[in-house]
Amino acid sequence: MKNSMKALFLFVVMTNLSCGQKTDNEINTPIETTFTAELLVDGLEIPWGMVFLPDGSLLITEKSGDIIRFKDGQKTTISNGPEVYYRGQGGLLDIELHPDYENTGWIYFSYSSEEGEDKGGNTAIMRAKLNDNSLVNKEILYKASPNTTKGQHFGSRLEFDNAGYLYFSIGERGERDINPQDITRDCGKIYRIHDDGRIPNDNPFVNDPNAKPAIFTYGNRNPQGMVKHPESGAIWIHEHGPQGGDEINIVEKGANYGWPVITYGINYSGTPITDLTEMEGMEQPIHYWVPSIAPSGMTFVTSDKYPGWKGNLLVGSLVFQYLERLELSGNEVTYREKLMEDIGRVRNVRQGPDGLIYVAVEGKGIYKLVPTE
Amino acid sequence: MKIFIASYFLIVSCLGYYLFQDKELKESIERGKVIYTDFCITCHLETGEGVEFTFPPLANSDYLMNNREASIKGVKYGQRGELIVNGVTYNNTMMPLGLEDEEIADVMNYVLNSWGNSGAKMVTVEEVNSISR
Repeated sequence: MKNSMKALFLFVVMTNLSCGQKTDNEINTPIETTFTAELLVDGLEIPWGMVFLPDGSLLITEKSGDIIRFKDGQKTTISNGPEVYYRGQGGLLDIELHPDYENTGWIYFSYSSEEGEDKGGNTAIMRAKLNDNSLVNKEILYKASPNTTKGQHFGSRLEFDNAGYLYFSIGERGERDINPQDITRDCGKIYRIHDDGRIPNDNPFVNDPNAKPAIFTYGNRNPQGMVKHPESGAIWIHEHGPQGGDEINIVEKGANYGWPVITYGINYSGTPITDLTEMEGMEQPIHYWVPSIAPSGMTFVTSDKYPGWKGNLLVGSLVFQYLERLELSGNEVTYREKLMEDIGRVRNVRQGPDGLIYVAVEGKGIYKLVPTE
Repeated sequence: MKIFIASYFLIVSCLGYYLFQDKELKESIERGKVIYTDFCITCHLETGEGVEFTFPPLANSDYLMNNREASIKGVKYGQRGELIVNGVTYNNTMMPLGLEDEEIADVMNYVLNSWGNSGAKMVTVEEVNSISR
């Protein structure tokens, strides 16, 4: 009887623990902060993406579709931006410069677009040039299909690798059982193209006549973080899981990341999606978050500005409203710490050309992390 | 006898109208559930409980019941700043979702008739349409 009471007690406690995934106990709070967060650009809504231009100005994409140029304390709106399909999680998303921007002038955008026959929208990639605070020479390099009125999972982040290929992510658009595992369909994928939109000859599925040839990896859910590793040159991504099971993955040609066949997450209703967390032929993440932090934006610290941070990964958390710092040993996460606690929904983080860290927070703006002396 | 016939027809037509409304509401709620699962569930969660101090609850929500117009407005144009729901102060931002007026009516009807909320008049497309910034 005593034992059964103990078992019952244990069961109740465990059930409570497994249901109450509202706080994150495995993350550390720093003893002392080594920086102050200065609000550099204020009055922004959802600053999804940002890049630094060679002249020192900051180009910011607002989800609403606005492109803002911030220079010497002044905001200017860039006209003639991409026409966005503003719905749910869709809008104007990421922005990236061509690796040889000084000579080519190309700026890349990801956004949700209504282009095409069917009702709704899907993720598109555009490049354009900046001329007198207006976009010119606009070219659509990729447009996922079919359109759908669903509001979720457009992705999307952009990144160039050392060979000059452009990688971008497109989420599974709320069709987890149709899109991510099917290479003949768009969505739930990482893509790789040339800087002008051509498909590389050595993309993994170019010889499959039914496949979408721009696909580089599949089985992804909704990646909203993408960054080149400063040493290996590999493309790292993170992606939103459902309830639990956000992941960090390293992009490998032709790889299947398993969504929704394997996952560390569950449905929002608390019911399981699958009881499998691994399967042969599907990649394991190098790190996963339970509970979900809802990651958005990611950067490696490569500067020496902040003591002990070099080589660390910084990731924004939308749900817990902090910036997460992850220490790595090779590809393994060894320590996690929360910075800027309760700052607001952290949408994006980047290291500037000055080696400082810039953090985009929804409803607030862009913070500059100034190291304390 | 005349009075009886007249009142009989009156009752039948009233009942018919009532039942028709009921069916319309039911269908709207069903469509609203799909919208909810698509657009709202990630923050307000499966049963509308929200996250205390971050995302206000929709379940048993005094705010929803007492601020019908402001609630529809929030879904239509987005919501910003302080509001008090069931005694807890929230200060967050909900961006406009890009929903059509019909979808807003449907999702309002779903929320107003779920998780302990009930008794509200059906939200119509015309009502959503008439609400401006």
